[in-house]
Amino acid sequence: MIFDVERYRKDFPILAQRIHGHPLAYLDSAASAQKPRAVIDAMTHFMENDYSNIHRGVHELSQRATAMYEAVRPRIQRFINADYEDEIVFTRGATESINLVAQTWGRKFLKAGDEVLITALEHHANIVPWQILRDQIGIVLRVVPITPEGEVRVEDVNAALSSQTKLVSVAHVSNVLGTILPVKEIAALAHKAGALVLIDGAQSISHLPVDVRDMDADFFVFSGHKLYGPTSTGVLYGKRGILKTMPPYQGGGDMIASVTFAETTFKEPPHRFEAGTPPITEVIGLGAAIDYVSAIGMQNIATHENELLSYATDRLLPIKGLHIVGTAAKKSGIVSFIMDQAHPHDIGTILDRSGVAIRAGHHCAQPLMEHLGLVATARASFGLYTNRKDIDALVEAVNKVQEIFG
Amino acid sequence: MSDDLRDLYQDLILDHGKHPRNFRALPNANHEALGHNPLCGDKLNLYVSVDDKGVIQDIGFQGSGCAISVASASMMTEMLKGKTTKEAAQLFDYLHASCTGKPADEAGLDEDATDRIKALSGVRDYPIRVKCATLAWHTLQAALKDEKKVTTE
Repeated sequence: MIFDVERYRKDFPILAQRIHGHPLAYLDSAASAQKPRAVIDAMTHFMENDYSNIHRGVHELSQRATAMYEAVRPRIQRFINADYEDEIVFTRGATESINLVAQTWGRKFLKAGDEVLITALEHHANIVPWQILRDQIGIVLRVVPITPEGEVRVEDVNAALSSQTKLVSVAHVSNVLGTILPVKEIAALAHKAGALVLIDGAQSISHLPVDVRDMDADFFVFSGHKLYGPTSTGVLYGKRGILKTMPPYQGGGDMIASVTFAETTFKEPPHRFEAGTPPITEVIGLGAAIDYVSAIGMQNIATHENELLSYATDRLLPIKGLHIVGTAAKKSGIVSFIMDQAHPHDIGTILDRSGVAIRAGHHCAQPLMEHLGLVATARASFGLYTNRKDIDALVEAVNKVQEIFG
Repeated sequence: MSDDLRDLYQDLILDHGKHPRNFRALPNANHEALGHNPLCGDKLNLYVSVDDKGVIQDIGFQGSGCAISVASASMMTEMLKGKTTKEAAQLFDYLHASCTGKPADEAGLDEDATDRIKALSGVRDYPIRVKCATLAWHTLQAALKDEKKVTTE
C-alpha cells in the first residue's frame, strides 16, 4: 500500500500555516500530536448536539451522552486487543494511570523490601510514582542499565530480577532515544520470576500496533493526546482478575454502588477507578482519534514513520559535529541529537525561526540524561503526517545553526 | 541568517558564549551560589569576593548552558569587577527591564555595562529565553544574600 501522507496532512488543519514566514514543520509529536479534523469535528458536534453529564440523568441528552461515552471503551479494547471492555479504565493520561497502579495495587499488595524494577531510560512518570510509594511503604526501586546504543538487553533485565521483584514497569518506546523495548520477552521473564508487568505505552500507542494480550502485559497505560486525541484523556488497561482485587483510587461520585455515612460499597471495575465527572467531550474525541488511526492502519503508520526515520538518520548523520543520541537497532520515529558547537536550547530557537518545531531539553528523563552524560538534547519526533519536506526543513535549519555557531 | 536571529546572536554574544571570561572558581570567594534552570538544565556556580566596603574585588563562574546564559554570565563577571553590590543591583534592574521590553533607565549607570546589556536584550523577542539571560544575575543576587541555590522555575 502507498502511504498517501499528503492526503492525511490535509486532515490536520493546523499544519497549513506558516511560522516566522516558513511552512510549519511540526517535529514535536512525541510531546503531543496534532489533531485531525475528525477529532475536532466529533468534539464540536458532541458539544453542539449531545452534551450532558453521564451515568446519572434520566433525560434524553444524558442517556445519549452516556451511550456515546461508553461506546469509546470497546473501541479502545479492540484497539489494544484486550479481552474485555471492563479492562479499560479512563484516566487523565499515562501519568495518572501509573500513579493509580502505584497507589492502589502498589499500596495494597506491596510491602517493605519488595522490589519494583524499572530501566534507566524511563520518563519521570514511570520513576516518581514509585519513589513516592517507596517513601510511603519502603519498597525498593531497582534500575536496569542500558547499553551505550540505548538498548535494554533482556539478559540485564533477567539479571536484575529476584524473588523480591513484584513489578517490572518499563517503557514500550523511549521518549528520548526512540528505542523500542523487547516488552514481550521482558514480560515473559518477569512472569517467570513471579512479578507483574506494567508497560508505559505513552510513546508507542501512536506509532506501533499494540496487542496487550500478545505482549502479556498486566497493565498497559497511554495518553490520548499523543494519539491525535485531546489532552486530559488516558487509559489504564489492567487484566480483569487484577483490577478486581484493587481498591479505589479516588473517592467520589460515579464510583460507588451505595453510600451511607457508616460505609460505602464501591462499583466494580472500571467504574470503581473513575470518580467524578470525567472529561466527557474529550473521551468522545479520543474515540474519533482511534477510529481515524484505525482506518489508516497502525502497521501502515509504523512503516511510514520507519521510512522517515531512515531518511532523517541518513540526512543528519553526515553533518559534521552533529551526533545522534540513541542508535538502537529497533527504533521508533524519534531522533535525538546534539551538536558540538551549539547547545540544544540554541538549536531549538534557531530551528523555530525556520518554522521547524522540535523539543530541546531533558525530555522529563533527567536520570537518563545523567546516565548519558548530557544536560539536554534536541529531539525531532514524527507523526503520521510527517513528510520528507519536514525532514529537509530540519536539515536546512540545522545547517543554519552551523552557519551561526561555526 | 535572518535579521532577528542576528539580533539575538550578536557577535559579542557568540564570542562570550564560546570563550567565556572569568571561567574559574575562586578559592577565596566569600559568596557563592549555584544557579539552575531546570527547564533546559543550565547550571552555573558563581563565586564572588566582596570587600568590607561592598566592592566586588573578584568574580568568576563555572558551569554549562546555552550560548545566551554562558555569554550573559561571562559579560556579567567582566562588567561587575570593581563595582559595588549596590551598582550591581542597579545593573540587574536595568538588564531585567531591557530583556523584558520595559522602559530601562540608564541614568547614572556605567555606559560600557549598559552597552553590553543592550547586546543581550535581543532576548526580549524570545520570551522563553529571557531566563537564559537572567540566570547569572539571579544567581548573583542569591550569592550576595548568601542563599546557596537558586532556580529560575
